Amino acid sequence: MTVLALRDVSRSFGPIEVLHGVDIALRPGRVHALIGENGAGKSTTMKIMTGYQPPSSGQVLLDGQPVSFANMGAAEDQGISMIHQEFNLAEQLTVEQNIFLGRELKRGPFLDKTAMRARTRELLDRLECRVSPDRVVSTLSNSDKQMVEIAKALLRETRVLVMDEPTAVLTRAETAILLRQVRALREAGTAVLFTSHKLDEVEEIADDLTIMRDGRVVWTGEASLMNQHAMANAMVGREMSDLFPAKVSAPGEVALEVANLSVPGFSRDVGFTLCRGEVLGVAGLIGSGRTETFEGLCGLRPATGEVRVFGQPARIDHPWQAQALGLCYLTEDRKTRGLLLGKGLRENLTLQALSRFDRGLLDTGAEERALDQAIADFDIRGHRDALVGNLSGGNQQKLLFAKTMLADPQIIVIDEPTRGIDIGTKQQMYVLIRRLAAEGRAIVVISSEMQEVIGLADRILVMRHGRITGELGADATEDAIVKLAMGVATEREPA
Amino acid sequence: MTDAAAPAAPRRIRMTVIGPILALVLLVIAGALMNPNFLGWDNVTNVLARSAFIGIIAVGMTFVITAGGLDLSVGSMAAFIAGLMILVMNSLVPSMGVGVPVILVGMAVALLAGLAAGMLNGILITRLGIEAFIVTLGSMGIYRSLVTWLADGGTLSLDFGLRSLYQPVYYGGIFGITWPIIVFAVVVVIGEIVMRSTAFGRYCAAIGSNEQVAKYSSVRVDRVRLMTYAALGLLVGIATIMYVPRLGSASSATGMLWELEAIAAVIIGGTVLKGGFGRVWGTVIGVLILTLIGNLLNLTDFVSPYLNGAIQGAIIVLAVVLQREGKAR
Ligand SMILES: Nc1ncnc2c1ncn2[C@@H]1O[C@H](COP(=O)(O)OP(=O)(O)OP(=O)(O)O)[C@@H](O)[C@H]1O
Ligand SMILES: [Mg+2]
Repeated sequence: MTVLALRDVSRSFGPIEVLHGVDIALRPGRVHALIGENGAGKSTTMKIMTGYQPPSSGQVLLDGQPVSFANMGAAEDQGISMIHQEFNLAEQLTVEQNIFLGRELKRGPFLDKTAMRARTRELLDRLECRVSPDRVVSTLSNSDKQMVEIAKALLRETRVLVMDEPTAVLTRAETAILLRQVRALREAGTAVLFTSHKLDEVEEIADDLTIMRDGRVVWTGEASLMNQHAMANAMVGREMSDLFPAKVSAPGEVALEVANLSVPGFSRDVGFTLCRGEVLGVAGLIGSGRTETFEGLCGLRPATGEVRVFGQPARIDHPWQAQALGLCYLTEDRKTRGLLLGKGLRENLTLQALSRFDRGLLDTGAEERALDQAIADFDIRGHRDALVGNLSGGNQQKLLFAKTMLADPQIIVIDEPTRGIDIGTKQQMYVLIRRLAAEGRAIVVISSEMQEVIGLADRILVMRHGRITGELGADATEDAIVKLAMGVATEREPA
Repeated sequence: MTDAAAPAAPRRIRMTVIGPILALVLLVIAGALMNPNFLGWDNVTNVLARSAFIGIIAVGMTFVITAGGLDLSVGSMAAFIAGLMILVMNSLVPSMGVGVPVILVGMAVALLAGLAAGMLNGILITRLGIEAFIVTLGSMGIYRSLVTWLADGGTLSLDFGLRSLYQPVYYGGIFGITWPIIVFAVVVVIGEIVMRSTAFGRYCAAIGSNEQVAKYSSVRVDRVRLMTYAALGLLVGIATIMYVPRLGSASSATGMLWELEAIAAVIIGGTVLKGGFGRVWGTVIGVLILTLIGNLLNLTDFVSPYLNGAIQGAIIVLAVVLQREGKAR
């Protein structure tokens, strides 16, 4: 009845136990969702099920028999595949080489390139992914990389497919494609386990549901017994109020004026103004040039245009110049641009504002106090002495936020503020962002989640193909944003 | 990718800390057993003084490598600076006579030339964005050929009078500790402090572990990089100041393979070749290990001193293997 299960599994890292007696069972032809707050232990559970990590105690059961996978290859041989939360691709190889990495098709001693090409095309077509098999992976967008990961897993006949937050970097349309594939796998009898912080997806596709909190399973059963609200409550262990805080904005002086901003290859003639106390949302499809535009603004890429910061004309060629003017960009890509994964929390937290701790020698005592403060303010959970790479994704995001705020920017561009963040933390983030605005800071929020932009922003800019196609008020509808983002209607209401 | 042994990471890191120390202790014990003179004052100061040149340079190299760079030119840079210094001092003798001022000018020339050469490497690497390996491979060839040209293929010798005046800088000292050892110690202490507890050291490690993250964190990446090369150049200048009085001459063979010894010492000491993590005191241990091996082979006759290079080479490879095993993810 069950293909793969955990029985009373615990897992410790050093002295700290992060999973306490977890039971979970996957059944063939069923989609099982595993949800929980950041750091609840979802990824760890999945890694144990797929042989990436051994349990400290307890058993992994395959077809009812205890197994211990010597390594992940052993699990794969049993038809168990996992797509990780972090990308697991060889950046310098092509899409095709990645998909077949380690299981290249051969004809005699030679690689059978034609067959691999055909198979790659077929897989990508199934995923409606239009990248060429020859593209080098490092040049792909995050969502295309995710599609390559999925193609890689689909290549192999899988009895069990485990996906750790597969939709975190996908757009709505891409998510729909992925969910179609998941349904097809379910039809074919595959057991699917996935996590997501987007509860609407969970409600839509899950047959079974397991909810974790602080390393324990707190609820498990038929997904149809739960609605989104009940799931959220069970995850955070309290009654959840409204996700978005009230918008009480009283725009102050003009903080940022941008005109004719162009980032070669990505955007053209972008212009807007932003006041203190305001949250400006930037919506658009992935690939519409939002990130690049604002990276250009903050000196992270070559850009041209006129920029005034608090009324003064500013020339920003480097990020440190932007920061000196009080302008900071918080990256969407915490793993490769945001945090030093191999270093500790303290080093990461203070990197952007290190001069504040510089008294000739660094004042590590003050740094430690700043870390205490950040852990308290941003509710960062995880071992204080851990390497940042070992923090759960959501806690990394909180640390990244704390790190940027330590530089005390007055104008903050936040790119995808809640990617991979649980619903309870999301709510905290939204409150935080509104509070920063209420303190008189000027905030730009770039987000692919339309609900987020609508719920958070006072004004919304919509971008398409590197240009602003419209500006909407706080009462914008999802429909209006989609139209502008897709280019169905082109209007620009007076601000 | 996380593997089964991930939780053991802290203990493994400690292994890479202990590894080089352990190797050094073993070498010292082996030396003491093989030759009673080994731990004698003369031999110890001799080993330390020999370590000083490479050591001073290797401290600078630690910063360059920690920040994700590399400098292959330090050996020939030292030769070139030595040649330049000797030429300048010799040419000043007729006008200024034989005296301390001439030597001071020579020292200033060495420091400035080192700084300039380091900056040049750094500017080419950061401003033009050329690979450090390529740039410094080029400058290595250039300086080597320049010193050969200055010496006209032979040897540049310091004026005889100056030589005896300058000699105490290598042979003299206080309390029986010679100047090269003192300067080496000072450089090490400063280097350790800078690496461990200044913003500059922190920035070097940040840039070496992920340049993108450093850039997005408003770190002035190019300037920090440039400063590592400039500092290394300056230290090469200092090492040369200590080295010239030893022989009083420079030729195309001066400083041969110093770059490799310096890099090897850095790696043996536990600094990560890819950058991101550096340890100055580890570098010191690396230098001592390399010098001790040579010293031991000379003092004993189990193994031919001609095999020195082979043993050193084996140790370098071993150090990197250990480092890979102990790498924290
Ligand atoms: N290799 C490790 N070493 C030390 N602690 C670890 C390691 N891996 C995970 N942890 C800790 O285990 C806990 C559970 O982490 P896990 O990644 O499973 O959470 P998660 O539920 O997947 O969270 P998220 O939604 O943020 O991805 C966290 O507190 C994390 O810091
Ligand atoms: Mg996770």
